[in-house]
Amino acid sequence: MTPNPEVPNPYVGGDRSREVSDPGSRLPREEWWRTLDELADDPAFRDRLYNEFPSEIEAIADPVARRTFLKLMGASMALAGVTACTRQPAEKIVPYVRQPEEIVPGRPLFYATAMPLGGVVTGLLVESHEGRPTKIEGNPLHPGSLGASDVFAQAAVLGLYDPDRSQTLTNLGDIRPWSAFLGTIRAALSAQQPLKGAGLRLLTESVSSPTLAAQIHEALERFPAAKWHQWDPASHDNARAGAKLAFGEYLDAQYLLDGADIIVALDADFLACGPGALRYARDFSARRRPERADRMNRLYAFESMPTSTGSRADHRLPLAPREIERTAHALAAAIGIRPADSATALGVSPALQKTLTAVAKDLQAHRGASLVIAGDGQPPAVHALAHAMNDALGNVGRTVVYTSTVEAAPVDQAQSLRDLVADMNAGRVDLLLIVGGNPAYTAPADLKIADAMAKVATRVHLSLYDDETSALCHWQIPEAHFLEAWSDGRAYDGTVSIIQPLIAPLYGGKSAHELLAAMSDRPERSGYDIVREHWQRERAGGQTAGTGASRPAPPRPEFDQDWRRWLHDGVVPDTKLAAKTVTVRTDAIARFEPGANRATQSGVEVCFRNDPSTLDGRFANNGWLQELPKPISRLTWDNAVFVSPAMAERLKFDNTPSWQGGEHGQILASVVEIRYRGRTVKGPVFPLPGHPDNCATIHLGYGRTRAGHVGTGAGFNANAIRTSDALWSGAGGEIVTTGDTFSLACTQYHHLMEGRGMVRAVTRDEFEKNPRSIHEGHEEPARTMTLYPEHQYEGYKWGMSIDVNACIGCNACVVGCQAENNIPVIGKDQVLRGREMHWIRVDSYYRGPADQPETYFQPVPCMHCENAPCEPVCPVGATVHSDEGLNDMVYNRCVGTRYCSNNCPYKVRRFNFLLYQDWNTPSLKLMRNPDVSVRSRGVMEKCTYCVQRINAAKIDAEKADRRVADGEIKTACQQACPADAIIFGDLNDPKSRVAQLQAETRNYSLLADLNTRPRTTYLAAVRNVNPELGD
Amino acid sequence: MAEHFVPVEDPPSAGLGTPPVIAPGYTFGTVTDKISAIVLTRKTPRGWYVGFGIAFLLTMVLLVSVSYLLVEGIGIWGNNQPVGWAFEITNFVWWIGIGHAGTLISAILLLLRQTWRTSINRFAEAMTLFAVACAGLFPALHTGRPWLDYWLLPYPNTMGIWPQFRSPIMWDVFAVSTYATVSFLFWFVGLLPDLATLRDRSQSKVGRFVYGLLAMGWRGSARHWHQYDTAYLLLAGLATPLVVSVHTVVSFDFAVAIVPGWHTTIFPPYFVAGAIYSGFAMVLTLAIPIRAVYGLEDFITTRHLENMAKVMLVTGLIVAYGYTVEAFIAWYSGNAYEGFMIWNRITGPYRSLYWALLFCNVLTPQVLWFRRVRKYAPGLFVVSLIVNVGMWLERFVIVVTSLHRDFLPSSWGMYRPTIWDWGTYVGTIGLFVALLLLFLRFLPMISIFEMRTILPAAKVDEDVREDLRVI
Repeated sequence: MTPNPEVPNPYVGGDRSREVSDPGSRLPREEWWRTLDELADDPAFRDRLYNEFPSEIEAIADPVARRTFLKLMGASMALAGVTACTRQPAEKIVPYVRQPEEIVPGRPLFYATAMPLGGVVTGLLVESHEGRPTKIEGNPLHPGSLGASDVFAQAAVLGLYDPDRSQTLTNLGDIRPWSAFLGTIRAALSAQQPLKGAGLRLLTESVSSPTLAAQIHEALERFPAAKWHQWDPASHDNARAGAKLAFGEYLDAQYLLDGADIIVALDADFLACGPGALRYARDFSARRRPERADRMNRLYAFESMPTSTGSRADHRLPLAPREIERTAHALAAAIGIRPADSATALGVSPALQKTLTAVAKDLQAHRGASLVIAGDGQPPAVHALAHAMNDALGNVGRTVVYTSTVEAAPVDQAQSLRDLVADMNAGRVDLLLIVGGNPAYTAPADLKIADAMAKVATRVHLSLYDDETSALCHWQIPEAHFLEAWSDGRAYDGTVSIIQPLIAPLYGGKSAHELLAAMSDRPERSGYDIVREHWQRERAGGQTAGTGASRPAPPRPEFDQDWRRWLHDGVVPDTKLAAKTVTVRTDAIARFEPGANRATQSGVEVCFRNDPSTLDGRFANNGWLQELPKPISRLTWDNAVFVSPAMAERLKFDNTPSWQGGEHGQILASVVEIRYRGRTVKGPVFPLPGHPDNCATIHLGYGRTRAGHVGTGAGFNANAIRTSDALWSGAGGEIVTTGDTFSLACTQYHHLMEGRGMVRAVTRDEFEKNPRSIHEGHEEPARTMTLYPEHQYEGYKWGMSIDVNACIGCNACVVGCQAENNIPVIGKDQVLRGREMHWIRVDSYYRGPADQPETYFQPVPCMHCENAPCEPVCPVGATVHSDEGLNDMVYNRCVGTRYCSNNCPYKVRRFNFLLYQDWNTPSLKLMRNPDVSVRSRGVMEKCTYCVQRINAAKIDAEKADRRVADGEIKTACQQACPADAIIFGDLNDPKSRVAQLQAETRNYSLLADLNTRPRTTYLAAVRNVNPELGD
Repeated sequence: MAEHFVPVEDPPSAGLGTPPVIAPGYTFGTVTDKISAIVLTRKTPRGWYVGFGIAFLLTMVLLVSVSYLLVEGIGIWGNNQPVGWAFEITNFVWWIGIGHAGTLISAILLLLRQTWRTSINRFAEAMTLFAVACAGLFPALHTGRPWLDYWLLPYPNTMGIWPQFRSPIMWDVFAVSTYATVSFLFWFVGLLPDLATLRDRSQSKVGRFVYGLLAMGWRGSARHWHQYDTAYLLLAGLATPLVVSVHTVVSFDFAVAIVPGWHTTIFPPYFVAGAIYSGFAMVLTLAIPIRAVYGLEDFITTRHLENMAKVMLVTGLIVAYGYTVEAFIAWYSGNAYEGFMIWNRITGPYRSLYWALLFCNVLTPQVLWFRRVRKYAPGLFVVSLIVNVGMWLERFVIVVTSLHRDFLPSSWGMYRPTIWDWGTYVGTIGLFVALLLLFLRFLPMISIFEMRTILPAAKVDEDVREDLRVI
């Protein structure tokens, strides 16, 4: 035999015939390969590579042919590299010899943009390295951010680079070009033309984009019989309906927490979720400083599922949702909005009544400076009552303002979806366009949307992922991520931001604007043109679509300049919605019957909540969010059935730490079956102190079947038992144990302080009487208790202060750190083994009784101890003290003995037990921060105080021959923090914020008695309890 | 010179009731015959093949476990946060401790002129070597990047980077490597005369060649003996402090750290006593079956067993005192972390291991107060096995239960060994046994020439004895 003639020798020019010794080659010489890729694709060549011993064994024996073979093997090695790293076009290209303006390799650029979520946008600044967005921060100019960001914004870069995103436009699974889709949609639309679009339905999420709203209205003008439906589980149906009840129209309430002395939260987690939460957290925590005790606000929280807000409350009462409704009525009665005589009939216990009387008294003593906030899970009546109470307390215009809605066209979304399903079932829908969202997964079970959709002739889905809904649609169009597309949107207060893309769509995705343009007469308009033209028209005096800006802006000829300014700042000035004068329908509200249709039902009350990490499931495939320990429960990778410890004991549910991982990894939980309104779902149970009794909370967003590699299969689907008439809670549930157990990955199961004073807390009275009371019972060794000389710091001396009193446990710091420092996701299996990698964690601790505990959050990064126990034990000197006080980790030098971690009393060190980093997925390589090493297996890592940021600032300062100014360096955790709880700076500068905070009486060190002398210190919590109610 | 080997105050048979260190009726020739025959002429017992087969299989388990470890990383073990060290350090300390008996027997008992050491020192030393080899595997493999372990050595390099001399792990490197080196030299030097005997008696060409090579030209001249004695004594002097220092340094790994349950000044003496305790237990565990299989009851007599049992009883009591003081100080110091640590050991999730350890190490050896038990080989064998288990449990309790719940309750966790933890551990036992069986098969397990010195016939005048030596 001879070598296959189709495998030529690339290296020998004219003398090939001697090497390729088959004279009968059918291939003309001209057709021999031109590119390496072509050669690699040659099936014969591949065959030869895959066979360890090629069939032409004689060729090996033949010295000439063997040489050919060996050369080809060499070429294949080279090819392996070629295909892996180059995506250069075949055409001749020219490298840039002239550097583009503004781009300095190695120096990031920051662009302002905004992230839409749940019908509002939050302003962001995105760090871009040579065209790759790598890190997201809040935009300080944006009213909804003030520089802070939430976990979803922090994790958005991973969402962008997620390799599981929908990458190709498909029709029934076959890849098709955009033009093919255009052809189909235009044909379908022209068929609709004579019917005026009677068979056309558009299903969107909540829309706050003025441009998109204008486009939709334009489309609806062309097809007047078409209908626009909205369904967004991340949005706020009850709040909308409540406003309509109270005012007769859809209005948004905006809270001015800086003016609120007394706040009552009725199942409202206003600090951690919902529009404006970042701003509210900032305003709230600004008034929690006991150094200005007279300015300290007081928060009463009546809530079911323990939340961030409830943890920060001075008085928190765990109540089931329906009890909260009654409480709202009783409170309204105590304030005098509704008849008080029925108060006892409302079923409020005497103890609660006593509390309510005190709360009402407190509220009335602070007229105009108090605030009642109702939560999204509460029925519209409670929202209406809250509005009425605020009105009666004179708060309107002072601590709460009402404006027209940020959403372009608010509707009752549950009803909207119900109508759509009815139309589909009736066969009235021919063309269904689903723009974003995943209704097949998120829709309540009773609507049976999948069956209804089957009756629609043409179904189109635009989304980031090929998800459950895509599986039911004919066309799946990959959506452009918000970091890839032009758009716009409104903040919680109405301020408009232009969403500018940071990167060209990675997978050729289309934005909602481009999809809607396909329905217009100019189908090929780019997103940029659409948005810009809209605002050009707008500024030229055109009318805003929908319920846009209340004041038409004057025409602006210098639009170009404005546009650039808007993009630069991230906000469009003077677009904030103006406060409206409102009239509360007090009479109607006074006649509300509490829980009219619910009080009679018995059984366990089942509450549904959006998940703190995956929300409604849209972030299910985001590993950073999946692995993020949820506030308080510290669960990762799963949802659970949260019940009170008493109930778990009563029903003999068992939750025990496993031998593997234990309290810091794996909890073996009983699997229960929830029977609710004729439907059942099974899930692991998780007792949570502070959860009300006879009530179970389930988080949505899990049990996805087509989420991607990360999210599919995590948790159970709560939507399976959720019905459209009781979206957030309903009585009549039943919980039975199944006898099975399930492993939950929980990173902290032990929440008691064991008398070790990790979190120090006193009441405001105690603090005022004796500020040093927080130090009582805790000793700090004398500074002389070391044989070693003190470290000397001539230049900078970095330190951090964390305010336990301010921290709301929102986890933004954790994801911010993960994004900044290239921290890997390790997966549920590794978390179960107790190996999670976060450099900063938010510990939570309880104090007091299990049914009604006080909850404290304590973010724990590296303490950067002065007497660091980790430093002397490392045999290779891989962790050393810097001359600026940092406890540096030298990854290159680390051999991985783990001695440092054993000796760290704070257990902040993290070890790469396996190769946790994904070194292969190309898109994830783009995501990483180039300023931070990507650690390999076997190396210890930990918080560095973001040393890359310190060094960048120091280089800038040195070039300008000055010191780094206070506030110039913000660590990633500090920058993300909405509550302003983390402050970093130079302790050598007595005027720096951190130095001043560490000089406060409230300052204490974690485990100070060990004489580690941490650089990171804490400010004790001070609770502003109502003296009438006691501690 | 040779007087060191001559019993002066300790005759072979010390009065009535005390069994001799060598059974009566042996001559120089029969001693030599009996011991060298095991290596040279006797048929290898079938049990040896079975034992070696099993040990070899277990060694393969070790090979697979280690290979997989090198491919995947430490994550295949059960270690986690907060339990950064677990099985690997437990096993390391256990093996190092086992090695201690060899050094103690060879060096200290030699200096103390305890003649009964003669029949057990050779294989106790071999055991030491193999135990140290097994022990050394663990710290070498337990690092995240074992291929960089040489960074722990202070070798000159262009970057001028040195190891960190403040770290106890660094001290460990020196302590263990010195220990291994000295133990090996001691053992090898002691083997030289016997290797020459084997060379001379071997019937096979290969045997003559290999033993001849190893004997390094030993001819048994007076000059050789003189230098031999000097070297052996010097090495004994060098090895003596090592008995104390190695385990002291190993205990520093814990005592220097601030972890409650580790940070204790009693650790060095307590660890040394524990090491001798476990070492003697292991010598008994090995000696009792070996003497039965090879019919060496005449050389390893009940006297030996009894003496070793006494050492175990004493060291066991020291260890028990250590446990008591540890608990007492935890309470007496008033330190909340220490108090919790002890309470957690007694009542926490690993309590059964703690109670088992007390049973094995404190309760069980109390039977050694009875002379009948000390003289009853099967009973001693069981006791020694229990003590071996107990000492392993002790190390596990110290390493794991201290780490799993330390200062911050938020970071408390648990550890459970994986199949690879077990594989590595059981694999080293296999390696140990395999090496020991090879030693039994190819080298004289009892020092031939030293045994001859304790024969009554050796008690002759100096000049006569010199002549006898060359037989």
